[in-house]
Amino acid sequence: MAARLLPFGNDPIRPTTPAAIEISLDGESAAGVAGQSIAGVILASGRLAWRRTSEAGSPRGLFCGIGVCFDCIVIVNGERDVRACQRRAADGDTVASQRDTLPGVGR
Amino acid sequence: MRHVVVIGAGPAGLAAARAARARGARVTLLDASDALGGQYWRHLPPERPAGRERVLHHGWSTFESLRSRLEADPHCEIVTGAQVWAIEAGSAERSPLTGAAARTAQAVPTVHALIGQSDGSARRGLTLTPDALIFATGAHDRTLPFPGWDLPGVFTAGAAQAFAKGERVAVGDRVLVAGAGPFLLPVAASLAQTGARVLGVYEASRTAGLLRGWLPKPWKLLGAAKKAGELAGYVGSHLRHRIPYRLGHAVIAAHGSDRVESVTVARVDANWAPIPGTERRIEADAVCVSHGFTPRLELPIAAGCSIGPDRFVTVDERQQTSVVEVYAAGEITGIGGVDLALAEGAIAGHCAAGGRPDDEDVDRPRRDRSTYTDFATRIETAHGIRSGWTAWLDDDTLVCRCEEVSVGRLRAAAHATCSTGLRSLKLSSRAGLGICQGRICGRTVEQLLGGLAADHGPLIDGVTTDRRPIASPVRIGELAAAFIPSHNPPIVPGKDNHE
Repeated sequence: MAARLLPFGNDPIRPTTPAAIEISLDGESAAGVAGQSIAGVILASGRLAWRRTSEAGSPRGLFCGIGVCFDCIVIVNGERDVRACQRRAADGDTVASQRDTLPGVGR
Repeated sequence: MRHVVVIGAGPAGLAAARAARARGARVTLLDASDALGGQYWRHLPPERPAGRERVLHHGWSTFESLRSRLEADPHCEIVTGAQVWAIEAGSAERSPLTGAAARTAQAVPTVHALIGQSDGSARRGLTLTPDALIFATGAHDRTLPFPGWDLPGVFTAGAAQAFAKGERVAVGDRVLVAGAGPFLLPVAASLAQTGARVLGVYEASRTAGLLRGWLPKPWKLLGAAKKAGELAGYVGSHLRHRIPYRLGHAVIAAHGSDRVESVTVARVDANWAPIPGTERRIEADAVCVSHGFTPRLELPIAAGCSIGPDRFVTVDERQQTSVVEVYAAGEITGIGGVDLALAEGAIAGHCAAGGRPDDEDVDRPRRDRSTYTDFATRIETAHGIRSGWTAWLDDDTLVCRCEEVSVGRLRAAAHATCSTGLRSLKLSSRAGLGICQGRICGRTVEQLLGGLAADHGPLIDGVTTDRRPIASPVRIGELAAAFIPSHNPPIVPGKDNHE
């Protein structure tokens, strides 16, 4: 088990059922609901990391969750360096994971 | 009509905007996110209405009342999606004196913001030159590094809180909460309310420290019964969810290949050094760690505001900083919680709009401020970071996550250069030079280098990692467009400026 969206029927705050949306991450589809962040949709779809660091190539995903650390940056519809925790997901968004290679390091 | 600009729409900023309007000023309220409330009242988006959202929050009715009054007010222009990226200090020379003595008659700083979708490439520039400026930029989690803290599945406690409240997403199934401070309690409660199994809350402070911080002069807490009630509520929720609360314990390592699979928890001494032989492995798929908060100081620093030795913005009884007509409220003046933020915001807004701090209108906030100021001291005394934590680091532990600088590399750079200047050590090690602009590692780098440099003398250049003239990463194209008037259509109040 991993991160997940609390099922609406179990939620003590009695939510209405929100509209479903779907985005793609590196070609794989991920289902979410309207108003979620891109990071939230990806996390709840079971993927914990979506970036590789420049030097060691280590996996990274969400860390600070409030737009401070920039660990979660992704390419959204061709736009680079978008913090996945800050950008609301729109139905049909095409998201690609980002790896910025250093000159002469990695590939 | 006086024009007051408020930056930050959390509790302090909302209270400031409200009070400035009550005193008759025109207000522009800016926030980088697309919703009001800040991190404290982080809530579900309008697409997801819920009948009982209030059960996730403290003071929800205060928030709803502030929000609805400001939204309905034609003289309060609310601009969300507003990333302030630069503050241009007023023109007069800055005095070499420090503190209140340095206040000069310089012009009020100019505010530069980009308006639009977060990190979008088509944002519009907005430049404001108000009569008074209020900073209410808040704070973010400070997480001390430990081996494995860069593994996916390690989060700040703030991340867990934001995703629980803002999306109803639990960051993991079997979750550990660790670090220091009263904030760990609401985070654990939120995780439990979002369906996670919280395996325990591990607080580094020990009983003796907590007693020293919270119990002397307990009658002082009477005035702050609401705060005590809030904390008691969290403890009550812990009991209901059977979450163990362990004092004098710390997460000293996270393990896993591509993600967290387990963590090592150990007892720590009064100085937070792990006690050998007390280590215990716990399987978990997420760990949420925070050791306190770092105030967001780059905008006040850019405006020329004095920062005290405690690394918070220095303010007077009007909440005015060392720069005339520039005010500060909330966590950037000290970590004191929501009630203090609301009180400081109300006083700042009132005074920025031309009021006096002893006016009857602000009797209540003034009383609240003196009641709750004590909390900031108590939190620091009880939960403040102790120096022994560095004993859980190893040479491979990353200090700077962005530039992937390990403790070993940082130490090697310091030894090789014998430098005692923070700026040169940052350049030789690259620690703190990444895209987060040193927000995550800055204070840690300063502390580690300060310790190392003790051999050569203290850090001598007086530089801090809080100074960021460009307060947020900006795209070159936006920077260029911001200065071409034709590319800069005015922001229309009440209109959705995000598209």
